[in-house]
Amino acid sequence: MSSGRYSVTKADFDKTLDLTHLKPYGDTMNDGKVQISFTLPVPDSENAVEAARQLAMKMGLVEPTVAHHAPLDKSFSFFVIYGSLSHTIDYTQIQVNIIDVSRMSMDETDLFIQQNLGRKIRVIGASTGTDAHTVGIDAIMNLKGYAGHYGLERYKMIEALNLGSQVTNEDFIRKAVEFNADVLLVSQTVTQKNVHVQNLTELVELLEAERLRKRFLLIIGGPRISHELAKELGCDAGFGPGKYADDVASYICTELAARKHQSS
Amino acid sequence: MATLRIDWEKVNQAREAARQVVEGVHAHTQQFTTTTIERSICRLFGIDGVDAMGVPLPNVVVDHLASRQLLGFGAAYWLGQAAIALGKEPQELAEAVSQGKLDLTQTEPADLFEIQLWAERKAEEAVAKIHHNRIIREERLLEFGDHAGPLIYVIVATGNIYEDIVQAKAAARQGADVIAVIRTTGQSLLDYVPFGATTEGFGGTMATQENFRLMREALDEVGAELNRYIRLCNYCSGLCMPEIAVMGALERLDVMLNDALYGILFRDINMQRTLIDQEFSRLINAAAGIIINTGEDNYLTTSDAYEEAHTVLASQMINEQFALKAGLPDEQIGLGHAFEMNPELKNAFLYELAQAQLARQIFPNAPLKYMPPTKFKTGNIFRGHVQDALFNIVTVISDQRIQLLGMLTEAIHTPFLADRALAIENARYIATSFADFGEDIEFRDGGIMEQRAATVLDLTLDLLQDILRDGLFRTIEEGRLASVKRPFEGGKGLSGVVVKEDRYFNPFIPLLLQESKAGSERYHRAKAALEEGKNE
Repeated sequence: MSSGRYSVTKADFDKTLDLTHLKPYGDTMNDGKVQISFTLPVPDSENAVEAARQLAMKMGLVEPTVAHHAPLDKSFSFFVIYGSLSHTIDYTQIQVNIIDVSRMSMDETDLFIQQNLGRKIRVIGASTGTDAHTVGIDAIMNLKGYAGHYGLERYKMIEALNLGSQVTNEDFIRKAVEFNADVLLVSQTVTQKNVHVQNLTELVELLEAERLRKRFLLIIGGPRISHELAKELGCDAGFGPGKYADDVASYICTELAARKHQSS
Repeated sequence: MATLRIDWEKVNQAREAARQVVEGVHAHTQQFTTTTIERSICRLFGIDGVDAMGVPLPNVVVDHLASRQLLGFGAAYWLGQAAIALGKEPQELAEAVSQGKLDLTQTEPADLFEIQLWAERKAEEAVAKIHHNRIIREERLLEFGDHAGPLIYVIVATGNIYEDIVQAKAAARQGADVIAVIRTTGQSLLDYVPFGATTEGFGGTMATQENFRLMREALDEVGAELNRYIRLCNYCSGLCMPEIAVMGALERLDVMLNDALYGILFRDINMQRTLIDQEFSRLINAAAGIIINTGEDNYLTTSDAYEEAHTVLASQMINEQFALKAGLPDEQIGLGHAFEMNPELKNAFLYELAQAQLARQIFPNAPLKYMPPTKFKTGNIFRGHVQDALFNIVTVISDQRIQLLGMLTEAIHTPFLADRALAIENARYIATSFADFGEDIEFRDGGIMEQRAATVLDLTLDLLQDILRDGLFRTIEEGRLASVKRPFEGGKGLSGVVVKEDRYFNPFIPLLLQESKAGSERYHRAKAALEEGKNE
């Protein structure tokens, strides 16, 4: 490394922000700098480094640098690569399906429900399928909530029933009918090989087969869930990372009030 | 090691309360056996394989007895009577039952004493196999040596045992000491143990005896190459706790998750069923020289780690007493706890260290299992790596024994090969860098950490005294553990609980206790010899 570790080549490109050609930002507008890391199932060697570099180029990285490489085992090698992305995105054409509801506090939500629905909302939740993790559903439903956001059980105008984990879709639907739920909350935390997608698809199909789909507001959540995915799967809303009980409660009451308004 | 000043009188009171709680439970549970305990006895007698429908033969035999309302005599009784009458081995009898050719309850009656003699002889053969495995482990550990300080524990969880083996071998070469094969999430609620090698699972791989054998063989192979003994871990939880303990004993697992209350609180398994099952499963773990790992970390994923820290210590004390009751010596009681406080909490690191240090001092000979942050992992891998580093520092300072490594990609996916390598690099860096830090510091007298430890101990004592007053069953029914309510007669698996008849006997219990005791004596002799060698 006698030549020094840092690139001193002059950046020679247009440095003004063009939203029709949006690129990643490292330390200079439009430098396109990104970092990637991955493992290759070949021994760490000169050839492996070159293979990693060429893969990075195929991903659209200009002048990729293999900043770090190391063997992980006899026949596996690890790479950290930096480069300039050649691709751009037209930001002005982006449209995303988002939940367009402003977040209310717990008291505001309770008041909203009283004024607009005049009765308690019944919410049933579970971590369904083989998923044994309750951390997600607990964060939304348990009295204590998560990170300072109280859970639905604490809301005066919400009757919340948390069934816990490993609830089959059939049991979940049966209990939801018994509970006379307005809202179904489904959490999917740990997932492997997209099993959460299969499980949620099955839930929607079961609800449709029993002609119950329209009866409930169906909401899903978890680290791999987005609103976009929820819509794609035939659910009403999806909440991903960084969303709390107040986001979910605000959506529920706004949506139920809108539906009531429509049907009346 | 730097130590916290602790009120030992309170520790003793808390322990005594936990002991009495466990005695109270035992007085109730000893009246019963369960389907899985009887299936374990079948397995120990050598019954294995599946019938034409794929049902495991131990299930066939036990269902056969249960359907005749005669399971209360115990599988050993009926198998013994039939073996004496027909001169056949248990496996042959099981096959005949599965083919509908034999009714075990209709063979010629034999004298109870003779049946017991037969069962004892068979049981001695099974315990000899367990003993043999135990000696292999002891010899390898003696040959390769066993390093001091935390054992690096990583998980593999591909769902496919053959892919797990690739990952496990790579992890061992990177420096892992313990490989845990995470179980597929649905398995805890199966009332049978699947059979054969498996390649499909969700969030983990099926625990089957063949999968255990394949992984054991792979780890022995890579261990021989590295001149290290690589420990293997799996799970004794769910509706088949004792059967999985049998499989672990027969395939030389070294560490098994085994929590007295976990199934009740987090899997909604009936409390009586779990508490009966855990005792026999622990008797087997104890005899096999297996370190159990308890699951206190789970309390903290559902409750707040700062506010509920005392529930962890209380559960550790209860788990310790259940373990001692089942013949587990201190050196095999791997009580669990976790680094799960909110990273935004001021002085969280100090509270974590206080808690870990408190556990270390209260359970000085236990190979404590310390679990990494998971609840506050967000997908920000860069922060995640720092959280894991802080966890690793606490582990080293407070000299935890089994260090379950955190992954920077926690909350994203089950670990990639590279995630594990980065985690091991992180842990080893900190182990080296902080090697003697714990020896070189002192806790400030009455400082934040000592005050915190004292508060946790006070709350633990209060909680244990409440549990003692009300009994463990009622405490759980009222939702005072992990904020989960479970009814005495509710949950899964109650139908598998059977009252023992007068003639019931389990020939393994005295033999397993004897084996545990002898094993522990060997352990202490070897340890003393090693220390003597060092001093010379």
